[in-house]
Amino acid sequence: MDGLSLSEKVMIGTALLGGMSGVVGSFAVLRGRSLVGDMLAHAALPGVCLAFLLMGTRNLLGLSLGALASGLVAIAAVTVIVRWTRTKEDAAIGIVLSTFFGAGVVLLSVIQKPSVGGNKAGLNLYLFGEPANMLTGDLFLLAGVAVVVLLTVAMLFKEFQLVCFDTDFAQSQGWPTLGLDLAMMAALAVVTVVGLPIVGVILMAAMIILPAATARFWTNRLHILLLLAGALGVAAGLLGSHLGRNFPAGASIVLTATALFVVSLLFAPQRGVVARVVAEWRLRRRISREHLLRSLYELGEPRLPLVAELRVEQLRTYRYWKPKLLERLLQWAVAGELVKVAENQVQLTPLGLRRAAELTRTHRLWETYLMQQANIAADHVDRDADETEHLLPAAVLLELEQQLEEAGRLPRAIADVPQSPHELEPPPPKPKRKKPQS
Amino acid sequence: MTKIAFEIHDMTVAYYRRPVLWDIDLTVPEGKLVGIVGPNGAGKTTLIKAALGLVSLASGKVEIYGKSYAEQRRLVGYVPQRESVDWDFPVTVRDVVLMGTYGRLGWFRRPGRAERQIAERCLEQVDIHSLANRQIRQLSGGQQQRVFLARALAQQAQLYFLDEPFAGVDAATEGAIIELLHTLRSGGKTVLVVHHDLQTVREYFDYVILLNMRLIACGDIESTFTNENLHKTYGGRLTLLDEAAEAMRKQEPL
Repeated sequence: MDGLSLSEKVMIGTALLGGMSGVVGSFAVLRGRSLVGDMLAHAALPGVCLAFLLMGTRNLLGLSLGALASGLVAIAAVTVIVRWTRTKEDAAIGIVLSTFFGAGVVLLSVIQKPSVGGNKAGLNLYLFGEPANMLTGDLFLLAGVAVVVLLTVAMLFKEFQLVCFDTDFAQSQGWPTLGLDLAMMAALAVVTVVGLPIVGVILMAAMIILPAATARFWTNRLHILLLLAGALGVAAGLLGSHLGRNFPAGASIVLTATALFVVSLLFAPQRGVVARVVAEWRLRRRISREHLLRSLYELGEPRLPLVAELRVEQLRTYRYWKPKLLERLLQWAVAGELVKVAENQVQLTPLGLRRAAELTRTHRLWETYLMQQANIAADHVDRDADETEHLLPAAVLLELEQQLEEAGRLPRAIADVPQSPHELEPPPPKPKRKKPQS
Repeated sequence: MTKIAFEIHDMTVAYYRRPVLWDIDLTVPEGKLVGIVGPNGAGKTTLIKAALGLVSLASGKVEIYGKSYAEQRRLVGYVPQRESVDWDFPVTVRDVVLMGTYGRLGWFRRPGRAERQIAERCLEQVDIHSLANRQIRQLSGGQQQRVFLARALAQQAQLYFLDEPFAGVDAATEGAIIELLHTLRSGGKTVLVVHHDLQTVREYFDYVILLNMRLIACGDIESTFTNENLHKTYGGRLTLLDEAAEAMRKQEPL
């Protein structure tokens, strides 16, 4: 490995760190412990300084052990505070985090005094991280930690999943939930500590949280989430250390991870912002189109089988339309040959009549169901029906209709609604609107 | 003589030194559907959690078929309250039901074909088989409750504890749960259910535990679910209206 150039070492090291912090961070995020990583990172600083004061050298393993020790003391402190006082966990984390970090900064300034010996160059880089200081031995340490941590997660996947999802249930099955929690926490602590010299105390939390939060946008399965978070962490490490060659490495890695997060937040299918906005917009468009057709059907219904010519004004008073909405809807309906519009008069075409009749049938079916099954007051039904009928899958509608028919409760008017445009000439028997309660 | 499925001796449970349950003593015979009834804060959930070893006892002991919970936990199935978990967790319905088999699987082993078959059967039993691959957030409240029930069924237990399974579910699910309870009973299982709706206690259960920090009464529904006992349980909180409804119910032949 001595043949590696520094930039290659940096890339391998940051990729290893990104991968394992992504995997371990996933459990922390899902367990609602995102901030524990942050606390561990900050709390590590006094440990690093004390280890340096004791050893007098900047040996990564020694400093890491110091960091780990003070991180564990911090976790114990939080546990004690939450357990024995009325302080909430987030407040306790905040208190411990800043106290330990403050102590670390004080110790750091003590070390900088000329009276303290040893090679202290680069020790303050623990604050912001500097992978360029990486030695080949450090790389072995990172790789070793990565192997151990990933193996642990692979072996205990089932147990970790259960504890994260439902601790009480896990405990009722006899799992040692406290021990499993501690194992997850220990993995988090180890990863945090080996990551400190690379991305620094302040930015380590981002390495823990960002890959997991990003991966959550793309999958609903835990094992895929873990793999994806690991891959995203590797990608952030590689890209960040490569793109950010001329900038502090920790910052550019974290910014790369953030970029991946933002892209996912916007463009992920289903959970992404864009997908959600588009889906909502489509739904609203569909609902208002269906409202137009149903209004036309209901207004013309008394005169069926004649297909009535209606004034646009009639539509306007029949239902509230947002400004300009009715014009746009009519344009759409004309383009789809569902209506004919001439001189402010609207008339359904045969195709439009068929579609409108179908929609009305669905609507009334649902109305009936709501009134008879859900005991909703009759005068409240219409609004509820409007909101839900568009969401019902076809299979449910069919079942509904069957249920009502079997019970002899399918209103005649609904059964009579025309099914095909061809039957419209000559026109079908006149459907009657019959409210079930009348 | 029927076997005793579940027994509590002199149990006291305290949170932060404030006792929540005082000196509870009760026995439940095998094969009963048991309603655990009492006002809010009466310690119904705590009773279940204490039975499952989820909260520590200040005194007393709990026995499942004559032995401690730790020895008998394979015999126990548990349905926690629906709000107790994060439904946004990245697992599918099938994943959650499979969790019921983890207790038997033990350390490190992954669910295999046998466990998958159990899970499929349990999914069918509560009629959510078609939803098996959905993420659990995409379900209605009633469907989520069915997922928890299927998970408990996958534990293949003898004694089940259900914490408010009827809370916030639709009528269809409520009916399905009742049907399931009856199936379990005819299979010789014992089921304890935390229940809120006094109106349906008589209809759903054949045994009742009336609780209000102390044990008010425990026994067959006929002899135990009386107006007098309800009064002791709810004190002034049982409104006139409930009383009237109860009186009317009593006149109806069951």
